[in-house]
Amino acid sequence: MITVLAVHFAVAAVAPFLFRKFGRNSFYALAAVPAAAFVWLILQHGAVYAGAPGAGGSVPTGVAEVLPWIPELKIELAFRMDALAWVMSLLVLGVGALVLIYCARYFKDKDDYLGGFGAQLLAFAGAMFGLVTADDLLLMFIFWELTTVLSYLLIGYARTRLSARRSALQALVVTTAGGLAMLVGLIILGSSAGTYRIATILELAPTLVTGPAAGAVATAVVLILIGAITKSALVPFHFWLPGAMAAPTPVSAYLHAAAMVKAGIYLVARLAPGFAETPYWLPLVLGLGLATMLVGGYRALRQTDIKLILAYGTVSQLGFLTMVVGLGEPDAALAGLALLLAHGLFKATLFLVVGIIDHQAGTRDIRKLSGVYRSSRALAIVAAIGAASMAGVPPLAGFVAKESVFEAFLHYSTAAGPWGMVILAGLVLGSILTFAYSARFMWGAFAVKPGVEATPFKPVKPAFLAAPAILSLLTIVFGLWPAPVDGWIQPYAALFVPAGEDAAAAAGHLALWHGLTPALGLTAVTFALGLFMFYGRTAVARLQGLVPAWIDGDRTYQLAIGALDDAAVWITGRTQRGSLFFYLSVILTVAFVLPLTALVLADKPPPGNLFFIDPNSPLQIVVGAGIVIGALAAVRANKRFLAVLMVSVTGYGIALMFALQGAPDLALTQMLVETIILVAFVLAMRSLPAELRDRTGGRYRVIRVIIGAAFGITMVFVAIYALGARVAAPVSLEFPKLAYEGGGGLNIVNVTLVDIRAWDTFGEISVLALAATGVASLIFVRGRGDRLRTSATVEEGSVGRQQPKRSAGPGNTRDAAALAMSRRFAASSRDAWLVAGRTMAPERRSIIFEVVTRLIFHSMIVFSIYLLLAGHNLPGGGFAGGLTAGLALTIRYLAGGRFELREATPVSAGALLGIGLATAAASGVAPLLLGGQVFQTAILQFWLPVFGDVKFVTSTIFDIGVYVVVVGLVLDVLRSLGSEIDEHFEEHPAEPSDEQEAGGIAAETTAKGKA
Amino acid sequence: MSVNLTLLTVMGALYACGIYLILERSLTRVLLGLMLLANATNLLILTTGGYAGLAPLFHQDTDPGQYNDPLPQALILTSIVISFAVTAFMLGIIYRTWVLARQDEIQDDAEDRRVAKTPSFDAEDDSVVPVETSEFPLTMIGTDGQSVSDVPAGAEATVTVADRTLDAEAAASEEQPGSRNVTIPGKEGSGQ
Repeated sequence: MITVLAVHFAVAAVAPFLFRKFGRNSFYALAAVPAAAFVWLILQHGAVYAGAPGAGGSVPTGVAEVLPWIPELKIELAFRMDALAWVMSLLVLGVGALVLIYCARYFKDKDDYLGGFGAQLLAFAGAMFGLVTADDLLLMFIFWELTTVLSYLLIGYARTRLSARRSALQALVVTTAGGLAMLVGLIILGSSAGTYRIATILELAPTLVTGPAAGAVATAVVLILIGAITKSALVPFHFWLPGAMAAPTPVSAYLHAAAMVKAGIYLVARLAPGFAETPYWLPLVLGLGLATMLVGGYRALRQTDIKLILAYGTVSQLGFLTMVVGLGEPDAALAGLALLLAHGLFKATLFLVVGIIDHQAGTRDIRKLSGVYRSSRALAIVAAIGAASMAGVPPLAGFVAKESVFEAFLHYSTAAGPWGMVILAGLVLGSILTFAYSARFMWGAFAVKPGVEATPFKPVKPAFLAAPAILSLLTIVFGLWPAPVDGWIQPYAALFVPAGEDAAAAAGHLALWHGLTPALGLTAVTFALGLFMFYGRTAVARLQGLVPAWIDGDRTYQLAIGALDDAAVWITGRTQRGSLFFYLSVILTVAFVLPLTALVLADKPPPGNLFFIDPNSPLQIVVGAGIVIGALAAVRANKRFLAVLMVSVTGYGIALMFALQGAPDLALTQMLVETIILVAFVLAMRSLPAELRDRTGGRYRVIRVIIGAAFGITMVFVAIYALGARVAAPVSLEFPKLAYEGGGGLNIVNVTLVDIRAWDTFGEISVLALAATGVASLIFVRGRGDRLRTSATVEEGSVGRQQPKRSAGPGNTRDAAALAMSRRFAASSRDAWLVAGRTMAPERRSIIFEVVTRLIFHSMIVFSIYLLLAGHNLPGGGFAGGLTAGLALTIRYLAGGRFELREATPVSAGALLGIGLATAAASGVAPLLLGGQVFQTAILQFWLPVFGDVKFVTSTIFDIGVYVVVVGLVLDVLRSLGSEIDEHFEEHPAEPSDEQEAGGIAAETTAKGKA
Repeated sequence: MSVNLTLLTVMGALYACGIYLILERSLTRVLLGLMLLANATNLLILTTGGYAGLAPLFHQDTDPGQYNDPLPQALILTSIVISFAVTAFMLGIIYRTWVLARQDEIQDDAEDRRVAKTPSFDAEDDSVVPVETSEFPLTMIGTDGQSVSDVPAGAEATVTVADRTLDAEAAASEEQPGSRNVTIPGKEGSGQ
């Protein structure tokens, strides 16, 4: 069974390629799969029915296959082929193969998406087979949903048509909603029974139904029935099935007549042997079934589209089937499965015939079709057999099945009293309607209608007609010789027979001729009244026209969906207002209200050992005051650079705080970072206006203050309580020893970074590389911009030259004079101090700065390397060293411009980042190759001529990687925010590079920038 | 565990100022607010180390409890450098926004506003679908009664509209509401 399934899905996966190569004939190849499976199924008959139903009910349990899947969740790939599954598979695989054969002539080679369509149809056959053979509730549910999804795709095949899209979605929504209810029911049932294995649950059913969990089980059964009702299109969810007729006709034939809608019937049939006695079962099954049968039949009589006649007919028949299969009596079970088979045969036939008519005539409207019988007799005969079987005319399958159904319900009605009589009357009425719409279908599709032109009709090719012809042949065979079918179903019917009784006697037999029975009488009544309704069809139509429109399920669905849409839009409009301020306010308000409430409600005393002045460093309070003042000034500042400076003040203050707390590494790093950030800010914000306008105005200021203050206070109290709650000794008490003995270093923080928590640091430098690349790509847009001309190619004094137009303004005579002066003095062509200094415009150069840069650059680089290497034992390390080197590069850039930066770094930033990451990674992997662990450190001690005894710790290599990455990051920031923005200015001199100088000019240039 | 209220107070002030700033519209102020928040968080981590102590440089005779806790320090060191990278990235974003849109302010999301104004009528859901009685609606388009049914492969059915000849299927699907994927073949070429 698992192989059969796997083959279906595997072939479906390659189907699109087949279609690309062989066009529509690939359908034949696809049809071979279910056809072969069908043959396999026939061969399995012996095994499945081994130990045939003897007298007294030794019921064969069928063939089982189990493959463990998720044992923790008790989900298994459990399959079981028993009589019910075998009969269902017969239908699924047989009709599947025929429909695929039919598709090969129904579609054209030039139809779009044919490959996907074929694959979906075949996969559907596989999923349906899995559904009927699954022996695990959850596995069955998976296949159930799989058929729903595939049905959605198949209905929506004509994706350019609105009706197809909408019907597909409707079918999906309705069946999935039912499926969800069913899932809940399945889980309740499974957990009540303690197993999800269907066979076991059915064995346990008698105890479950009467046991302590009887209420839960009854609820579960109702929920599962809801799933079955939606899937099988019973009232009140019947509307999706006629809508689904937007699907191509082969799909309608297979999914919406023979297979998928039978899934609900199958589920009812599967559970009926155990759960038909639960309290809500019979009212639900019989009530909704009968309502569906009558509504479907009534509405089928009103349709003018022959496909819709069939669709409503199917709805009607599904209600009929549900009643019969769900009754829970052996004779009804026998009749039900027989009817299921008969219905699959004749309804598939009729749909396929409709497809042929549509294909050849271009319409399905009975008001336009006329005289099709004359054009194609063979088609008409095939259709007539199907329709007669639907109406229950002897000697066809439909007659045999319906006879048994009447027999079963006659038997039931005598036992069940007045309600039984009502049901029986309803059944007969439904059958009369069935007869009438069958006749109407035949008349509408084939008859010659007075006053309607004969429909032009292209002759039907035998290959096209083959599939429906085979089906109708089977209908005749089943009708004339029902014994084999009887044999297939008997074991299933025997499940309903109480132990000790004779199964064969209780269920009865399928037969063409039972003698003159009351059932035959009912059939005769049906025929007579059905014929009467057909001949009086104009009167019936007039009568139907007089009845006001009923509550329409489809309309209700539209209204419900519309209301849901409106509610969603309303809620979205109220909550998603598009304002970041609003979102943040909500989030932050929650973030302080919840913890504060918890703190207040808990009402715990504050922890002891609170202190304001640390005995070890009393100066903290002074520095803290400075930080707070800086922060407040930053908030109040209305000039951009002032605000930046004030934030820097807090940053430097924090560095001081680190130093006072006993953290020299942090102080050093924070100091360097603050400096570089300050430079980056100035570089990036050159082009932005100086004023910081606050457009939000005073309206929300109070809210901001409240949120800010409340959040700050909350953080303080949360921190107090969290810190007060700590009782365990810090893990870091071990760190000094670990650092010295394991890491071979004295600087505990540095060893922590490069050894004890090396993974952390490795992650961090990866983030640095990412951020650096991000900055570069934001500014350069195309690529990382790792190419820049060398200074040798650049004209002297060309970089950053002020535009003559600007300096020659009438009010700027002093500036102009200063400019001329500086040009006269600084026009030196020698590369006296810096390599690329000459490329700068004279007015941008500062000789003192150049000299100082020349003097300190190399010292700084050497110092950075010292920090890097000494960091293992003294304050410093890769981060501090890298930042120092970055600072050196920054100075060089500021003094000599972007070409100087280019000269200073022969290796591109991208390469640096790569080299750094590779070095760090190599230092992690290398120990692994030498038989150690990742990032394991080795301490090497040796003697060198000049240095004397050297103690080299391999984690230094990791630190070198960190160093290189940090240098790469700073370089990327300088190249992007510095060099590239310089270049932007020079390329677009009209842009407001000095906008902050004068308001009038700023306004003018802004306007230009916008234009 | 001892709790340093000075550090916590400074932390609270920084959080308050940072939150106030990130609630602004100006991107620069938001970035400054983020930096203040980062600083505040660093202080919070620092507070977990307890009393100020010796710099964590190993010495044989020192009791481990006398150092300032090295673990929070390592965490803060990581945090400082990451904050730097994030700040640089945000600067790149601010510059880019300025270059592209001349905007230094956070704009309201127009898409969100548009969604909030969505009318309850949706063509996909609510328009009236014409009744279709065939999947092959154009096979009857033949000019005489004879050339009905399948159009021979390779030859497209066509419809004449005014002075132009359109692909019949394209013309038909144009009449379906909600189909926007059909382009009327212009003079440049066919509809594909």
